[in-house]
Amino acid sequence: MTTLEPLIERCRELVDDLELTSVKHWKAAHPRGIAIGYLPIYAPREIVHAAGGLPVGVVGAGEELEIVRGDACFQSYICHLPRSVIELALTGRLDVLEGMIFPSTCDVIRNLSGIWKLSFPGKWVHYLDLPQNFEPELGGVFYRRILLEMYSELCAFTGQQPDLERLRASIALFNENRRLVSQLYAARAAEPWKFGALESYLVLRAGLVLPVEEHSAILREYLAGCALRETRPLDNARIALRGAFCEQPPLALIQTLERAGCYVVEDDFLPMLRWPEGDVSEQGDPLGALVSAWLDTPCEAASRYVKDVDQKGCTLVASTRQTKAEGVIFATPSFCDPALLDRPMMQAALTKAGIAFTSFKYAENTGQMQPIREQAGTFADSIKLWGEA
Amino acid sequence: MKPTIAKEPSMLRQKDMVAGHYHKLGTAAERGQKVAYTFVPGNLTELMLSFDLLPVYPEINALQNAMRKLSGDYIAEAERAGHSEDVCTYVKCDIGMMLKGNTGPTGEKMPPPDVLLLSYTGCFTFMKWFELLREKYRCPTAMLHVPYMPDGVVTKESRDYVVKQLKDVIIPALEKSSGKKYDEERLREMLKLSAKAEDDLVTVLESAKHRPSPIDSYFGGVYYIGPLFTAFRGTQDAVDYYRELREEVEGRMQRGEGPITPEGQVSDERFRLVVEGPPNWTHFREFWKMFHDEGAVVVASTYTKVGGLYDRGFRHDPDRPLESLAEYCLGCYTNLGLPRRVELISEYIRDYQADGFVINSVKSCDSFSSGQLVMLREIEKRTGLAGAFIETDLVDPRYFSPANVRTRLESYFQMLAQKREGALAR
Repeated sequence: MTTLEPLIERCRELVDDLELTSVKHWKAAHPRGIAIGYLPIYAPREIVHAAGGLPVGVVGAGEELEIVRGDACFQSYICHLPRSVIELALTGRLDVLEGMIFPSTCDVIRNLSGIWKLSFPGKWVHYLDLPQNFEPELGGVFYRRILLEMYSELCAFTGQQPDLERLRASIALFNENRRLVSQLYAARAAEPWKFGALESYLVLRAGLVLPVEEHSAILREYLAGCALRETRPLDNARIALRGAFCEQPPLALIQTLERAGCYVVEDDFLPMLRWPEGDVSEQGDPLGALVSAWLDTPCEAASRYVKDVDQKGCTLVASTRQTKAEGVIFATPSFCDPALLDRPMMQAALTKAGIAFTSFKYAENTGQMQPIREQAGTFADSIKLWGEA
Repeated sequence: MKPTIAKEPSMLRQKDMVAGHYHKLGTAAERGQKVAYTFVPGNLTELMLSFDLLPVYPEINALQNAMRKLSGDYIAEAERAGHSEDVCTYVKCDIGMMLKGNTGPTGEKMPPPDVLLLSYTGCFTFMKWFELLREKYRCPTAMLHVPYMPDGVVTKESRDYVVKQLKDVIIPALEKSSGKKYDEERLREMLKLSAKAEDDLVTVLESAKHRPSPIDSYFGGVYYIGPLFTAFRGTQDAVDYYRELREEVEGRMQRGEGPITPEGQVSDERFRLVVEGPPNWTHFREFWKMFHDEGAVVVASTYTKVGGLYDRGFRHDPDRPLESLAEYCLGCYTNLGLPRRVELISEYIRDYQADGFVINSVKSCDSFSSGQLVMLREIEKRTGLAGAFIETDLVDPRYFSPANVRTRLESYFQMLAQKREGALAR
């Protein structure tokens, strides 16, 4: 029987390493390569990769980093993620990155792009305005221009010419990675007792700092190793977790949910690894394929406009049913406007569908887990005692 | 006896205009007039009016409710209904008003929307807000994606994208909701009126370069921008209002008079300030008095630019109707990147010969507030002036702490006075 401990330990080290040592190693091995950071929740990593760069997900600093300078940049009522990201930058931990992509996730991340311009004038900063109009001739044309501009600028960094063949090859690599991520989610939903929520999170999150090929290899190894486990199922409640798509919960929180008797069979952590849903076409114009993938993806998040009122919450209900989750936990970062404003609508959709839910807030550095354990445990118990399943 | 509040004639005129608008809204159903809800920044008022759609601006309802001390109850109602204490209080005030029967600030019932025109310039919360209203009203929603301008410059590509959306999405949606065909000539006529009123507004705002300033460009400024940023742009009413306002302000300037405040005229302009951020509405008069008591006059503000940077040359252009509407949406203050915002405030400090600047950071508005501490330091560095940083909220009375705000402001004014005395002594 194989042991996954070394692999999980390595992923844990990558997640904990705020110095981005693995990125530094990659750059040492690729002298002409560039490392480009991107914030949640989605950036087309294929573009960075095709330009000869390493896309690096920057999702905050968790509970380990003491925030000193970051708190001097943000008022108490702003969420925690930007203060830890700026802390990382001001303490030189992000110096290894030549540039940053700030997707149009919310006003805070949007304004963080401006802070970056003011604070790091020599760095490449790209505000990625993802279209909220999903018509190909409108939002599609607008988005294609943005992608082309981004690709050209990144190629200028690495001294390459934009090459659509290379971009197509990058798409293929990320398609493979997304398929493996999907397999992991599907396998965990099928047999959650074999896939710990925390360890699978670590395995996924390692993908934020690793080259895509290496991350895909880790996913393969993890999937194969877990399949061989002979863990017995526990009488846990199957829950879907929602709201943690940007600022990530402390690792202890995920562990707490497990200890409270929950199998996390679905979550919205790290959407950048899962979006767009399904393969990006590897035929025809690769820029057009990335555009179509964004316009057509059924992925729903609080920062993406849902055109049809009757579709609001449908993907949450569908994924809850598909993964046979017995209830939904809304775990939302404090002061996260998109998630917190979205929550009543999501809850209404769940109520209509007869799906139980509970909710709490966290920050990436939340230290006190007992109240969360009690709440999640009570929710899990209520599902087991009074749920229909 | 109730103390008398000093008011300018134009304020009384505006009060009548606003009351008239709310009355029109209250009677819209019986008159068969269609209603469009939309937001203030980057609004398409002329376009809506050209379809005879009566505009409703939920932020204006919220702030009007706050000034009438109604917002606290509405927010509590929304929070009881499951809305988080962390989120924008404009949204919760609006939702609470809706849940409590949708009676508008003037006591008349607000009509439900026939269409939600979601042009979410410079604020992501707008999108969630109308998604929430859409759940309740189940009416058509027309979404206009207005790209952000991180470099503070309106690009041709973004303008073309917005124009194409206007043509392909917004105008057809308004035609459908109003039952009327798009009439570009009518729109041009309205835009002509807009530009006239905009000229006069700029003259009024720039009068603050004079010493003493005849206006307060923040507390008074919110009245001055009212008609042009809301339902009256593109109307003769707005042209008449701004002509009267301009004459009034020019008169005060010629007589060497300071601004009119609710406490009376400022007769001794001690400090000239630039203010960044929206005002607090729940304690508006009390807040203004804190400045008035110290002889502090706001000579320029960024809040008066959320509905357009007219003072930087923008005008609605009847010869390029859709293009200029698109440029308007794109160029509103909160749709511009932080570096441009810093630059603009620094320019105001220089052009209006300000002694200092105050940032009023409001809890509710990430679009405005996120990054303001970095802006503060950057502006201090560029101008050599120290700034003051205070924290309040838009319409939640729980987040206005008069003692804290007063103490901070008083300390700041003392510091400005000491610096001035020190400079004189040298």
